[in-house]
Amino acid sequence: MAAAAAPTRAPLWRNVRFLRVLGQAAFVALLLVIAREAFLNLEYGVRRQNLDLSFDFLRQRAGFAIKEGIGYSPSESFFSAFLVGVMNTIRVAFVGIVLATVLGLVMGVARLSSNWLVRRIAQVYVEVVRNTPVLVQIIFWYVAVILALPGIEGALSLGELAFVSNRGTAVAWVRIEDGGPAFGLSLVAAAVVAAAVHRWRTRVNERIGPEPRQPWALGAFVLVATAGFVLTGTPVGVDAPVVGRFGYSGGLELSPEYTALLLGLVIYTGAFIAEIVRGSIQAVPRGQKEAAEALGFSPRQQLRFVVLPQAFRIALPPLNSQYLNLTKNSSLALAIGYPEIVSVSNTIINQAARATQMLLLVMGTYLLLSLTISAGMNALNRTVTRRGSA
Amino acid sequence: MSTHALRRFSVLLLGLVLLTASCTRGGEEEEGEPTPGQQPGARQSLLDVIIERGILRCGVNNTVPGFGFETAEGQIEGFDIDFCKAFAAAVFGTDSPEEGTHYELIPVDADARFNALRAGEYDVLVRNTTWTSTRDGAEGVSFAHPNYYDGQAMLAPADRFGSIEDLDGANICVTAGTTTELNLADYFAARDLTFEPVVLEDYEVIFQAFRQERCDAVTGDRSALAGLLPLWQEEVPDLTIFDDVMSKEPLAPGVLDGDDRWFDVVNMVVNGIILAEELDVTSDDLQREIQSPSDPKVGALLGVPVEAGEEAGLSFDPGIGVDPDFMQHVIAAVGNYGEIFDRHLTPLDIDRGINALWTDGGIQYAIPFR
Repeated sequence: MAAAAAPTRAPLWRNVRFLRVLGQAAFVALLLVIAREAFLNLEYGVRRQNLDLSFDFLRQRAGFAIKEGIGYSPSESFFSAFLVGVMNTIRVAFVGIVLATVLGLVMGVARLSSNWLVRRIAQVYVEVVRNTPVLVQIIFWYVAVILALPGIEGALSLGELAFVSNRGTAVAWVRIEDGGPAFGLSLVAAAVVAAAVHRWRTRVNERIGPEPRQPWALGAFVLVATAGFVLTGTPVGVDAPVVGRFGYSGGLELSPEYTALLLGLVIYTGAFIAEIVRGSIQAVPRGQKEAAEALGFSPRQQLRFVVLPQAFRIALPPLNSQYLNLTKNSSLALAIGYPEIVSVSNTIINQAARATQMLLLVMGTYLLLSLTISAGMNALNRTVTRRGSA
Repeated sequence: MSTHALRRFSVLLLGLVLLTASCTRGGEEEEGEPTPGQQPGARQSLLDVIIERGILRCGVNNTVPGFGFETAEGQIEGFDIDFCKAFAAAVFGTDSPEEGTHYELIPVDADARFNALRAGEYDVLVRNTTWTSTRDGAEGVSFAHPNYYDGQAMLAPADRFGSIEDLDGANICVTAGTTTELNLADYFAARDLTFEPVVLEDYEVIFQAFRQERCDAVTGDRSALAGLLPLWQEEVPDLTIFDDVMSKEPLAPGVLDGDDRWFDVVNMVVNGIILAEELDVTSDDLQREIQSPSDPKVGALLGVPVEAGEEAGLSFDPGIGVDPDFMQHVIAAVGNYGEIFDRHLTPLDIDRGINALWTDGGIQYAIPFR
């Protein structure tokens, strides 16, 4: 029996599974050798120049000021300064991703518009923006647009609630008073009630036919929120900005550097997203739209219920790349002095003289940010694919 | 079928080769462990590398008038540039070092200058760089004798501000990656003043921001600001530089740690240039001094026989690895300290101040050649 089975078993060196495992092991070994060489080289260079590779210096006093970001003073450590940079990167990347998506969606749909003018405007936008370097665009926005705004004395005012000058943009913002947290809770309660009302109307609609549900939900929300507002005794007020000698006080302030960087990144990335949106919509088979039309869907409904959900699935993976690009491109802020990760780290490198450690830290942070974005997008991708393929 | 098997076999073989390679490599590395820890002195000196290469590379500034500035003709000129020429004259023993033949000027930003030096992009950094303890220590740079004693100053529109105290709360432009960034925070904190830094890459971008009133004042080395003042005033009239000295900024040429021979050459050239002024040796009367030194100290500086009739072989040699007459070439090429200063800084209304010789009430004091 055993002798009969033997010929079917190939010798080890002809065993496909074994060879595959071996090939992969060899590849991993090769990678390890390269990594080891790289590390030894780094260690050698560092030791040759009497440098050290420890991260202890991060506890030293930073000593330099950073003009924007979460509370920080020069007497804090290098690490605190670095965290300010990380927060500033996240601040510009998050807002940038949201705005670039909106802009890209609008422009992508506009490129497919049946209106000649709208279509051409979108096309010119995409072609011009996509074909010039993003660094040039950021410097353009900063030097030619933002810095060219009037100075602080001549700040443009929008009804005393918002000011624009080359010292930044300041807009009236909510000021949270004593009752703020309690009011926050009442807003959550209002949202829960509104959701419940919405569900209830859905059930009612199942019996009596399609009736608008949104006004019901909105009404419930406003009702509960207003009650909360009164009960907590005007918990929020308006914090209007005031123009001072050197800048603004009060309100929500956006620095010129932040604005220029955001404009540059959003407009640049928006052009790529517009192309992704256009491509994804065109990738949905024409028959889908025609079928929807045959079922009596209005053009808006065709887009909303048939085309866009399918286009969304196609768009997600390339969209992820654009989000990662935007996040990484934010390091170009270096040129215009917005204190994000790279800018702050450069200062730290100059003060503390530990270039290798700081660069490792910067790369690690970007990797973490990118992986977080990718993980989020992949999770989203999984949900839509699963739902769609059912 | 047989080609298929052959491919499998070659994959297997490749894998084995790689595995063994990685093992032997690891073994070698352990035996060769002392290699990374070798004494720095055992390496070849940059001096030999430069002579072999035939060209000296200097990391310089190209945005600060007077020190290192790119002219409209695309030529980089200035006080620091002359020191680069002087090093080239000393190393190659030439009276007229030429750009492209004997030396190469590599413009570099403030925040990249040390990394580029470490990466070996240039041999010496002469880019108005402040000598500080961290840069000497952790940054791994050795600084030669300071060629300019500077201090941080504040430039502001005279019609809006009368003193630094008036700048409480102001937006202040500062170059990224400089010691000024640190001094600014300390100086303002010590006086209970607040400010917002606007940190920009170089003086060109800073001027854009300042001209458009993004920032109220600009801080930087006094020498750099004084050099920029005439240029800036063409567009923004009525600028002033406050008298306050906000910090000490000894500007010195820097080389990499652990290369004493190359360091000695750089250091001795700077010292020799200052000493030449003290001994009143100028490029004009250089030939006369070489023929018959007016003083034994001059003879030692120029590497010529001190007494008339003495044999040439008996001339003084400090033994720093270049020809003993290296200072002859340096002075022929760029002149003494006073000459370099007058050529580049006096036209910008920068006075000698503390950079006068110690014999004239300043602090420029060179070590003796003997």
